[in-house]
Amino acid sequence: MTRKLLTIFFSLILTICFMDLAAQISRTPDPNGGNTGSLADIDTTTAKVLDSLTRSKDTTVAAVNASVNKLATAVSTFANADGHNKISINFVWLLIGGFLVFFMQAGFALVETGLTRAKNVAHTMAMNLFVYPAGALGFFISGFAIMFGGLGALGTLGGFDGLNHEVSVRLFGHSFGLLGAKGFFMNGIYDVGVLGFFVFQVVFMDATATIPTGAMAERWKFASFAISGVLIGGFIYPIYGNWVWGGGWLSQLGVNFGLGHGHLDFAGSSVVHLSGGVLAFLGAKMLGPRIGKYNRNGTVNAIPGHNIPMAVLGSLVLAFGWFGFNSGSTLAGTDLRLAVVAFNTLIASCGGAVAATLWIWFVRGNKPDVSMMVNGLLAGLVAITAPCAFVSPAGGLIIGLLAGVLVVEVTFFVERKLKIDDPVGAVAVHGANGLWGVLALGLFADGTYGDGLNGVKGNVRGLFYGDGGQFVAEAIGGLVNIIWFALAGWIMFKLLDKLVGNRVPAEVELYGLDLHETGLDGYSGIRMDKNAETPLSR
Amino acid sequence: MKKIEAIIRTSKFEDVKSELKKIGIDFFSYWEASGIGNEHTQEYHTYRGTIYDTQYIPRLFISIVLKDINVKKAIDCIEKAAHTGEVGDGMIFTYNIEESVRISNGARGEASTAGPGDNI
Repeated sequence: MTRKLLTIFFSLILTICFMDLAAQISRTPDPNGGNTGSLADIDTTTAKVLDSLTRSKDTTVAAVNASVNKLATAVSTFANADGHNKISINFVWLLIGGFLVFFMQAGFALVETGLTRAKNVAHTMAMNLFVYPAGALGFFISGFAIMFGGLGALGTLGGFDGLNHEVSVRLFGHSFGLLGAKGFFMNGIYDVGVLGFFVFQVVFMDATATIPTGAMAERWKFASFAISGVLIGGFIYPIYGNWVWGGGWLSQLGVNFGLGHGHLDFAGSSVVHLSGGVLAFLGAKMLGPRIGKYNRNGTVNAIPGHNIPMAVLGSLVLAFGWFGFNSGSTLAGTDLRLAVVAFNTLIASCGGAVAATLWIWFVRGNKPDVSMMVNGLLAGLVAITAPCAFVSPAGGLIIGLLAGVLVVEVTFFVERKLKIDDPVGAVAVHGANGLWGVLALGLFADGTYGDGLNGVKGNVRGLFYGDGGQFVAEAIGGLVNIIWFALAGWIMFKLLDKLVGNRVPAEVELYGLDLHETGLDGYSGIRMDKNAETPLSR
Repeated sequence: MKKIEAIIRTSKFEDVKSELKKIGIDFFSYWEASGIGNEHTQEYHTYRGTIYDTQYIPRLFISIVLKDINVKKAIDCIEKAAHTGEVGDGMIFTYNIEESVRISNGARGEASTAGPGDNI
């Protein structure tokens, strides 16, 4: 019975597949796509006008004049349509980039949770989830206005120029942009270009706010974390962001003092990653190490992450999202430099992973440590984020390889010399390599791209290609980043400590933060040997 | 009736199980056990460049209740099957059992235990 019914069903499908339905439609089907999209898709009326002009046999002066006028109207219609097309391509590209960057939130969550212990899994995951809405709220309230309120016209996104209020001071005869002040609560900037740009930018901010959750994992109070997310998104991150991306004084170093193109950071090695790294460093230092991390004589105990597959998957999700992070930062799908950006992103991440793996395998340890492989891949990505649009393919590879070595060395330095407990290596990955990224831009920029950036004519050249000023501008930007985020972060963490307390009590930390902080066990119904997870300090 | 308890390497479990089956002992209990001992770990654990000790040695703990006539055979069998010669091969103990009841059919004493009887 069933077989008969199935036979009838499949014969019916087969019949429908081969039935000739083409007779009922006005246009012939276009199986290879070559004829899809034509004049008629731009403007039907003008297409008809053009058609009538080609048929016209009337050669009197009046008729020719009329034809010329009609032709002029048609050309301007097509030019408008073409401009609309170009901006549409830019929009699609920007939004795809933004969506990819958004997915990096999943990558961060997986890496951080994979490299921490099973008893804190719900808490770590929750931080990575909640930082997104909390930070976005801060960015909506004040962050976007402070960062981009004085940006000026959005060139590649339709040219809306409502973001026109930059608060600046005049010193030594030069203007220094300090912060934007237009668009609080997105007021007065209800424009497709601005809202698309907000979607793209908010996810960058979330990356910064989520980096400290890794370094401070397994001991940070959720309340303190939640407030910090809003503060970072609404205030701390946007101020520095304005200085570099919103037309502020670091971007004006080129115009004002002739230092190359001013501080350039294509997709955020300093704005996003160094910022997060500095906050992570400070937070981990102020919280202190996890119980059991250090012995009395200062030697280190390993606290292995509970789920290496999760960490590996997370790093690949991050690498995937990073293509949007970097290539999307052209803010224009019609700027084909994006292919170079994508290439450099790819080759640097590979260089980072290979170098870190070999370094931990043969120089600093004896095995190709998987967590270091993960860190190496991300280190290469962080380092190439600033220079990705400005360097040659070989330059991209060199930047990645050095990033891989750097991430291992800085991990050891932070863990063993400074005695700061950073469970996931956020300081080494984002801090050290964020700084390396902007410096690398100042060294390796090869003068093939960047004409007119920050109001300076000519392409961007680094120290190795003849412009030492660019390197100085990059170094100043990096230094200012460290000073600003260390200062703002210190005040924020001190304030939060007074307000809600930063660190959970020792018994909560030993039991696991899941139950006490979030009210449930992340791995409910799975028995865990919690004592075996906390190394005994000797 | 005797009970044999043996602590063996997890990697030797399949050998021990099939060897016991060959001499007719085809049901027993086992569970995972952890211990501390003098075994020298051949493979160190390392994480982010730090060598660490997992602080326990994983083993399997098997428990068999059997007829007196099968005890020596079973001990020899486990000893042979679980042997590698390295430190950490494990231990075998025997105990006297006062009573044994098979719940499904109410069999008492030796008739309810593992292994062939003397009539076989």
